Amino acid sequence: MRYEENNKRSKGLGVGVRRVIAYVVLAFVSILCLFWFYLLFVNATRSHGELTTGFTPIPSTHLLENWKNLLTKSTQPIWSGMFNSFIIAALSAVLCTYFSTMTAYAIHAYDFKLKKFMFSFILMIMMIPTQVTALGFLQLVSRMKLEDSFIPLIVPSIAAPATFFYMKQYMESTLPLSLVEAARIDGSGEFRTFNTIVFPLMKPAIAVQLIFAFVTSWNNYFTPALILHDEKKKTLPILIAQLRSADWMKFDMGQVYIMIAFSIFPVIIVYLFLSKFIVQGVALGSVKG
Amino acid sequence: MKNGKRGKVVSYNKWGYIFLIPFIVVYLVFQFIPLITTVVNSLYENYRSGLTQIGPNFIGFENYVSILKNKDLWTYTQNTLIMWVMGFVPQILVSLLLGAWFSNPSLKLKGQRFFKTVIYLPNLIMASAFAMLFFTLFSDSGPINSILVQLGIFDQPFKFLSNIWSTRTLVALMNFLMWFGNTTILLMAGMMGVDTALFEAAEVDGATSSQVFFKITLPLLRPIMVYVMITSLIGGLQMFDVPQILTSGTGDPMRSTMTLIMYLNRHLFSKNYGMAGALSVLLFIVTGILSVIVYKMTNGKEE
Repeated sequence: MRYEENNKRSKGLGVGVRRVIAYVVLAFVSILCLFWFYLLFVNATRSHGELTTGFTPIPSTHLLENWKNLLTKSTQPIWSGMFNSFIIAALSAVLCTYFSTMTAYAIHAYDFKLKKFMFSFILMIMMIPTQVTALGFLQLVSRMKLEDSFIPLIVPSIAAPATFFYMKQYMESTLPLSLVEAARIDGSGEFRTFNTIVFPLMKPAIAVQLIFAFVTSWNNYFTPALILHDEKKKTLPILIAQLRSADWMKFDMGQVYIMIAFSIFPVIIVYLFLSKFIVQGVALGSVKG
Repeated sequence: MKNGKRGKVVSYNKWGYIFLIPFIVVYLVFQFIPLITTVVNSLYENYRSGLTQIGPNFIGFENYVSILKNKDLWTYTQNTLIMWVMGFVPQILVSLLLGAWFSNPSLKLKGQRFFKTVIYLPNLIMASAFAMLFFTLFSDSGPINSILVQLGIFDQPFKFLSNIWSTRTLVALMNFLMWFGNTTILLMAGMMGVDTALFEAAEVDGATSSQVFFKITLPLLRPIMVYVMITSLIGGLQMFDVPQILTSGTGDPMRSTMTLIMYLNRHLFSKNYGMAGALSVLLFIVTGILSVIVYKMTNGKEE
């Protein structure tokens, strides 16, 4: 209460006024974030004819019709695109979290000569973008005859420094080594201890990182576009890029909107269910507080 | 399965190496070897001219000389940095403001979880789909123009994607929308970490909230701000999906939105491996230096 008195005495704005300003700005920023998706939703429900007449803020009734048209009339292999994206993203996410946890456990639970070096090394390479090694990666993939294969898009996610770092942070705060010690006394092998004791304890962190790894892979465009050329192997972002470079003026705009909606809304829906964990996860993972 | 139990604690430690094997093997195969071959490529003349393949012939640093002499590199660097700054400045300002409000206990803002959820949402959206969405929304006959004309703001549709600055603004706007939520959450975590005793002391001394913000919060946040800025710059140098899809890879109008990675992508697609290699190595050096700075910063804090 003293704070408010102080504020009234001094020249600063009162808490009430500042609160109103904060709400107004927050409302504006939120609208700025959501507006585009609202437009997308409205337009995805309108037929091509309606879309050409200009914008109306009220959704129409052609959502299912657009969806059917996209599946039956479009030249884009939308189902296989979705399936490919899903398979790649799901497998990458699983491999990424499992092995990053394992890497973090190696650094966290054991003392060995190269421990410090390895930890610093992984942190150093954390920021190096994958694009700068794309040329060598591409040549490697073609030498291994893995073009048009999902392997080069899935397996590299095993070495994910950012996920490793998050897991390491999480272990420091939640994984007591005495537990590992106890498991040893009970005669559990190290590998089994990791799988049956450590991994389950990491569940909250794993859930967050599964989502992040999935979304990162699901949204990835640069690398898949260089590797996947077969129409049946392409992922959603590549199909979107093709949609953009095609003579889209001739397209049924209802189909264009529903395809964009189809790539965006599933992620939004999943996010809304899990947002609490995700937002916490962002704060936890990046910088040491 | 081998049993690690041998009685001595020391004997367990070899498992540290064993558990590191997957990471190291995958890193070496898919990151390190590609890095080496990228560097090797940068030293060879290797490109396609029409149907004939030239090279690979060893030419030393000639690729570097020619790419650094080429005006394109500097134009695209400039484009990348301009669009990054246009997105980053509002991003850091809005994030600071929102972060300060969220972490200010005397404001008691309600619905914080809702707002945080909303502002972080664009970060998870597929950048290529988001760019495609903006392309359709801002096209000459798209809904934004339709709204602007209906509201009487413009007499006729504005050609957003034919104008250098409006196209750049769209790219920057998308980057801003995708990243300010993330930055807000980071800065907030930093602000929560500030010792509350400092605020209480300032309160007793009768400081206004803006004085508290500029004199206490901001100076204490400087390390995090630098961290956010450098990581954002590293991300900015990788800018690709948004301008690539928005302009269909052309970087138009007049290649004013062509970024460095779009340039690299172009070389990769035309199999101009010598140039692609040189460009990659230059980008690697720049991001490497920036990474070391970030590493030093985050590691220095531990001590």
